[in-house]
Amino acid sequence: MAHTPDSKAVSEAITTDVAVIGGGIVGLGIAWEAQRSGRNVTVIDPSPATGATFAAAGMLAPVSELHYQEEGLLELTLASAARWPEFVAPLVAAGHADTGFRTTPTLVLGADAADRAALADLREVQLAHGLDVEQLGIRQARAAEPLVGPHISCAYRIAQDHQVDPRGVATAIRVQLNVVAAERGRLREEQTSIRRNAVALLHQDPQDSRSRVTGVRLEDGREVHAGEVVVANGLGAPLLQGLPEGLELPVRPVYGDILRLRVPAHLQPLATATIRGLVRGLPVYLVPRNDNTVVIGATSREDGSAAVSAGGVHQLLRDAQVLVPAVAELELLETTARARPGTPDNAPLLGRVADGAGRDIPGLIIATGFFRHGVLLTAIAAHTVRQLLGDITDLAWERFRPDRFSPAIRPSGPTPQETP
Amino acid sequence: MTEILTETDPFTVAGVPLGSRLIMGTGGAPSLDGLGAALVASGTELTTVAMRRYAPGSGGGGAGTNLFELLLENNIRVLPNTAGCFTAREAVMTAELAREALETDWVKLEVIADENTLLPDAVELVDATEQLVNRGFKVFAYTNDDPVVALRLEQLGAAAVMPLGAPIGTGLGILNPHNIELIVSRAGVPVVLDAGIGTASDAALAMELGCDAVLLATAVTRAQDPVRMAEAFKHAVIGGRLASRAGRIPKRAHALASSAMEGRPDL
Repeated sequence: MAHTPDSKAVSEAITTDVAVIGGGIVGLGIAWEAQRSGRNVTVIDPSPATGATFAAAGMLAPVSELHYQEEGLLELTLASAARWPEFVAPLVAAGHADTGFRTTPTLVLGADAADRAALADLREVQLAHGLDVEQLGIRQARAAEPLVGPHISCAYRIAQDHQVDPRGVATAIRVQLNVVAAERGRLREEQTSIRRNAVALLHQDPQDSRSRVTGVRLEDGREVHAGEVVVANGLGAPLLQGLPEGLELPVRPVYGDILRLRVPAHLQPLATATIRGLVRGLPVYLVPRNDNTVVIGATSREDGSAAVSAGGVHQLLRDAQVLVPAVAELELLETTARARPGTPDNAPLLGRVADGAGRDIPGLIIATGFFRHGVLLTAIAAHTVRQLLGDITDLAWERFRPDRFSPAIRPSGPTPQETP
Repeated sequence: MTEILTETDPFTVAGVPLGSRLIMGTGGAPSLDGLGAALVASGTELTTVAMRRYAPGSGGGGAGTNLFELLLENNIRVLPNTAGCFTAREAVMTAELAREALETDWVKLEVIADENTLLPDAVELVDATEQLVNRGFKVFAYTNDDPVVALRLEQLGAAAVMPLGAPIGTGLGILNPHNIELIVSRAGVPVVLDAGIGTASDAALAMELGCDAVLLATAVTRAQDPVRMAEAFKHAVIGGRLASRAGRIPKRAHALASSAMEGRPDL
């Protein structure tokens, strides 16, 4: 449907350097990094940080999250994990103490003999990639984390897999975006954060969806005029009007159930490290937070249901109790289900879009499809977009181009699971 | 090789000829792309999907976001299954939903007794088979390796009986080859070895025991290299089928030279 903005709407148009569609942690991270580079930014989202960001546990765990056949993604996840300390430091320096960034290790446990064999096989691949996975005796593991149950079959320590609190980071960035904008004289909150849906991309030539992108049309008909538009609204990305003709953004919802629980005083701390494991072949993790809560997750469902699954909650609590029996004593605070935006190859859609004639479309950057790794990959996504805004392309990440599923326009090149 | 087999030794189930005797499942697939590549490498023409785990409408259109579109694009027929059902009632309702959503009356009937073993509940299974056959479904009944129950399922109208080699996901192979042979020897409908397959030799053995086809998922989807493993199964199933039709030699306790000494010229 075509909106014809009236003169009043045009006079209300917001002008910005970078418009970011989508205020999840990826969009916020990109906006913040762009703002730190001196640009004015505007985040467009009716309810920021309420999607997958609200659910995510926030593990920064490139090593323990290595999957077979996804080794091509490892380079990106490692690069992003390495960037997180410097990504989060300015937020902490600005007084945001609640980012939850912790450099505690991750303890990986197996429940039965088959889980032990599966984790040992995976470790071979992890070691072959030069990753550090230290085998622990069960007594060693339980000495470090005394509430781990006695019936586990194996234990590994991964020193470099850390964690952050995505809700805390998102809140800190949202506050900080407004603070910095105000310092630069952009005092109206709507100049920085628009609580509306974006419905369409605007183009220099309205008849040509592959021409320069010049802004965003909102659901109320108003326009945001921007030098660059970043599409970072996850599953909503393919629904935007005005996407370049021929661009396919194949994202599908992969739902996850996740729990938050409070640890009673007599069990504090339940754990100091992130504990994750395989329990009869099913993955489960417990992430301890600074506020004496733990996050237990996560299921992976493609059943089309956005509601919390009773079976999913049961499975998580059952398996978490195998690793840490005291989970049964905790207070269940929250059950949450959200969708991760999954792509066909489980790798993100990140970068500029080709116009089918060998050039990239100016003014448009895509950053979606982060699937299981949205929080982890926020730091590298923000950095990469900042580079793209400065006309720098990191060739190592060209294989994650968002047009790689678009034969009509994509330039030939390696795909994410190939090493270029 | 596949083409030769199809001509001289066709595999027909529920009246439909299939070019491959390998039926695949999708559970445990690491990525949609990876699953698609593995299915193509396996050469399968029939693949089962858990209706409780994949919603037909979920993920929008296109093979890039929708499992069912992915199958369609690769000319693979979908066999909806009732995995996760514990009662005949649930299984019948799930099959009805699948028939409506996917416009197929084929269903792989799974009625599970408990989550620890995932073994079929024979009583509910027999009940559900009868109900579904009466409702016009082509029932592929996943059953224990019990020759008595297998025959009952056939008598109730199952289009195929699918005895397990070992519990789902265990990769333990075929634990009771004698029972599988017995089921095959008495069956008038296709027998599909379903569940428990760990590696290629398990699938070859199933075919050598006389099974008409093999169904597997985990052995491929959770392998370190699913595409390579899928191709291994493709060859194993063909090899096992050829061997079963070629008439193997008897096993004997003493050596027998492959070239007999009698009748040789004395030079």
